[in-house]
Amino acid sequence: MLRFLGQRLLLMIPTVVVPLVLVFLLLRLAPGDPAAQILGDQASPSEIAALRSEMGLDLPLPVQFVLWAKNIVTLKLGTSFFFKQPVIDLLPQYALVTLQIALAALFLAVALGSILGVVAAINKDGVLDRGLVGVAVLGISLPEFWLALLLIFLFAVTLRWFPVSGYVPPADGLLASAATIALPALALGIRQSALITRMMRSSMLDVLGEPYIVTARAQGLPEAMVIGRYAVRTAAIPVVTVAGLSASYLLSGAVSIELIFSLPGLGKLLIDAVARRDYPVVEGAVLLIALMLAALNLIIDVVYALLDPRVRMG
Amino acid sequence: MTDQAPILEVRDLSVSLPISGRMVPVVTDLSMSISPGEAVALVGESGCGKSMTARAIIGLPPPGAVVSGSIRLEGRELTTLSPRERRRVGGRGIGFIFQEPMTSLHPTLSIGQQMTDALRYNLNLPTRVARDRARELLARVGLPKERDLLNAYVHELSGGMRQRVMIAMAISCNPKLVIADEPTTALDVTIQAQVLELLIAMRAEIGLAMLYISHDLEVVAEFCDRAIVMYAGDQVEAGTPVECLKMPHHPYTRGLVDAIPHAGEARARLSPIPGQVPSLGSWPRGCRFQPRCPRQDDRCATRPELATVVRSEVRCWHPLVGEVS
Repeated sequence: MLRFLGQRLLLMIPTVVVPLVLVFLLLRLAPGDPAAQILGDQASPSEIAALRSEMGLDLPLPVQFVLWAKNIVTLKLGTSFFFKQPVIDLLPQYALVTLQIALAALFLAVALGSILGVVAAINKDGVLDRGLVGVAVLGISLPEFWLALLLIFLFAVTLRWFPVSGYVPPADGLLASAATIALPALALGIRQSALITRMMRSSMLDVLGEPYIVTARAQGLPEAMVIGRYAVRTAAIPVVTVAGLSASYLLSGAVSIELIFSLPGLGKLLIDAVARRDYPVVEGAVLLIALMLAALNLIIDVVYALLDPRVRMG
Repeated sequence: MTDQAPILEVRDLSVSLPISGRMVPVVTDLSMSISPGEAVALVGESGCGKSMTARAIIGLPPPGAVVSGSIRLEGRELTTLSPRERRRVGGRGIGFIFQEPMTSLHPTLSIGQQMTDALRYNLNLPTRVARDRARELLARVGLPKERDLLNAYVHELSGGMRQRVMIAMAISCNPKLVIADEPTTALDVTIQAQVLELLIAMRAEIGLAMLYISHDLEVVAEFCDRAIVMYAGDQVEAGTPVECLKMPHHPYTRGLVDAIPHAGEARARLSPIPGQVPSLGSWPRGCRFQPRCPRQDDRCATRPELATVVRSEVRCWHPLVGEVS
């Protein structure tokens, strides 16, 4: 198991480095000058040049790259051009919002999806199964932004259960905070839960036909135990893959949802930073997202290993 | 063989399966009884309904199957039990050994977890006791004590070890009857003999009654008290396996015996039975063996009843009487 973890940790390195290098290059190759952006229309060319050299933007690209790489490795993420604040202080508050939404959506997706998938599978071809499959198809077909608007209309405008938009940090009251992320999480999670429902259903149907399920039944074990312990255990393995994909999708999908609900999350920060040519913030945010995705992959690998002893060996 | 009340008594068992929208019979009017400690073999080609009979007895026929007739275990009628009570017959009442131990054991639960689940649930043992008992059972089926097999997974074991684990699981909750569905078919020839020996030894040691399903009349003759030969869902002959081998009365049994290859007889021609087993749903109306039978005539268009011929029960209008050369 230790060797397995070591291997997985090594594999994290390219997952983080490659997107960072790509972002570095894309930012510098894209048109637009951060110095000109910061100083505005009225700035003289000499003022712009002065700021450019202050920010190190006049150096040749390879030199910039080496300096940049050194800073990344030592976690010196620089100061935001726009906020005039160290990036490392800026990121956590934004990341917390995104993480809250993504984790809540993931929990919803996995919990709801797994339970509904199992229920559909054990009622195969019954009324319940057909109903659930129908709802799942509908759920997969609804785009998140549209679902978000529907949810706002129903729960925030008509029923007034949740706020329409805005964000309350957990420090200012857990319940109030939860209320602000409930609708975003729902909007994000429903589609993923529909995907997981379908995956869990087909995976369960495969497993329920396996000889070892017949063995468990022939041993006299009650059906609840056969389903809950013997069938779900193997049926969950492919579902973990889908849940992992869902999770990375949720992290990125949070962007559109953050915009709709005007939540101060990483996605919104990133989009604004790109528009402002705020290189340090963009790079810092991408580093953080890459790290979160890498950590997510590691978690999924560990879950795999816990579920399937055959993975641990290899 | 014994005058004791039978452990298992099956009367007029019929099983039908839904195949492309209609119910097709796969076993018809099968009757048998197994006395305490007795080993009865169910012999026939693949698709003759042997496994389906076993699955019907344990109460786990494939989805959609219709089972009729009476199945009594120690005098208790099983077919009228509630699904919950029916399920509890497995493990304690009847142990089951499957053909393919690789796929019949759970891939991601350890051997110990699978064994203790049954022990804990069926015998209400606390976990520690169940683990001790599981360890004991593994030693009893000849698995090395030095290896911590309780924490092993099925993919870490060899084929023979897997089947030994299956046997340990089948006998773990002290059933009176064990059903073994071709337990050696998936194994290497050398391992087959070992597993068979183990089964025979276990039977003698615990006094188990056994329903042994096989396609091999010669193996069956080694340790079974009686053999029931099945053809196309029908019981065609029942007698001692030696009798079936030496003096088959049904032309189908005779065909089976003639088709056995003999070691040592170099290049001797096998005599296969001409034709093929009729596919499910297209069985002949009368005697089901009639189209392939050398002795058939007009009478065979009606289904013969089981009748006593010498010392066997035979379903044939023209039974053979006389020894195989």
